[in-house]
Amino acid sequence: MKSESLRLSASGLACERGGRVVFRGLDFEVGGGQALIVTGRNGAGKSSLLRQIAGLVDIAGGRIALDGGDAELTLPEQTHYVGHLDALKPAMSVRETALFWATYLGGADIDAALAQLDLDDLVELPVAYLSAGQRRRLALSRLLLAPRPVWLLDEPTVALDKASIARLVALMEAHLARGGIIVAATHQDMGLGSARSLVLGAPQAAGEEVSA
Amino acid sequence: MIRAFKTLVLRDTKLAIRVGGGAGMAVFFFLTVIAIVPLGIGPNLKLLGSIAPGMLWVALLLSALLTLDRLFQADFEDGSLDLLMTGALPLELVAAAKALSHWLTTGLPLVVAAPLLGLLLNLETSAFGPLILAMLIGTPALSFLGAIGAALTVSVRRGGLLASLLVIPFYIPVLIFGVGAAGGGGVSAVPGAGGQSLALLGAVALVSLVLGPVAAAAALRANLR
Repeated sequence: MKSESLRLSASGLACERGGRVVFRGLDFEVGGGQALIVTGRNGAGKSSLLRQIAGLVDIAGGRIALDGGDAELTLPEQTHYVGHLDALKPAMSVRETALFWATYLGGADIDAALAQLDLDDLVELPVAYLSAGQRRRLALSRLLLAPRPVWLLDEPTVALDKASIARLVALMEAHLARGGIIVAATHQDMGLGSARSLVLGAPQAAGEEVSA
Repeated sequence: MIRAFKTLVLRDTKLAIRVGGGAGMAVFFFLTVIAIVPLGIGPNLKLLGSIAPGMLWVALLLSALLTLDRLFQADFEDGSLDLLMTGALPLELVAAAKALSHWLTTGLPLVVAAPLLGLLLNLETSAFGPLILAMLIGTPALSFLGAIGAALTVSVRRGGLLASLLVIPFYIPVLIFGVGAAGGGGVSAVPGAGGQSLALLGAVALVSLVLGPVAAAAALRANLR
């Protein structure tokens, strides 16, 4: 993974959903080894912002750029997006799911990744029998299945118990220590050391973001 | 990229076989339609024999349509499609992989079942070979053209019927040349028409292999953003 030279920045970013301006004039900058915690009330555009970075929502204005990444790859190809939907198939086992995403995303050792999220006892179980928390952990295991510098996490702690949240925070800290970037939308205080915060304002008063 | 393509085809094939309403359903629907045709037409073997190629093709088209809505919708609804888009594989190839797996799990079983059902309809013995050949060439076109309809209706709940309506006009060339190649329909009155129909069917299939994934990817992008 790349070093501190990595930098994800947005300038004058605008987002429109269904003809309504969600936010506009948004600027932020995150360097390698830094986390950006995006907060804001419901409908302020947290998920839309993450999806814009992942290339899943059109950018209505401004630009997003990743400097210092792999020049051969597009920004979405260097991001892991973990959203509200788990993208899991009930008919596939935990191992098959991990193996598919690892192969598809060009990734690595699935046993180590599953063990880090405490899923190693469940590998042969079909996803249909997993609990909500276990499904979430399996969705999060994709972060480890293929090394990518930018992690986009949309409410990653939903359905997770305390021990799993601690495990996730440890993984996030390890990712930051490797020089990666994390952009997370969350209402929960994750206790990440050097996190910057971005508050998305009301739609009318968009652009009132602060960087702390 | 080839690995990603292969693994996606493998996964979709596995899912289609495991999940109910997948591969088996199209074949059983095909069987049911062909089984009730003699009941409706009556036991006139000569008549059945002459309409057999056409009936088999029409039933095959309908069976292929039946499973189209699964092509992208399941992945759209559970968020998999988002993640497939962040992979290194271009969306066009994602669509192609999915259409290919649709053919493997729907088109191919239908082609395998067709000769058995041909017996039910008193299909002439000499027509079996050309019919199977025509179906082998024509069914990939059904999957790849169908991908366009499935992609257009991906965000419509229960959009299967809408997809069918959109896709059927594109299936008409496949039907006409397919039936012609199998020695039935209006084209067969001309001598040597079978070979020409087969060649045109091949052309339709090749065009759809190229255009289908590109159009489906464009439709998916428009739907997702």
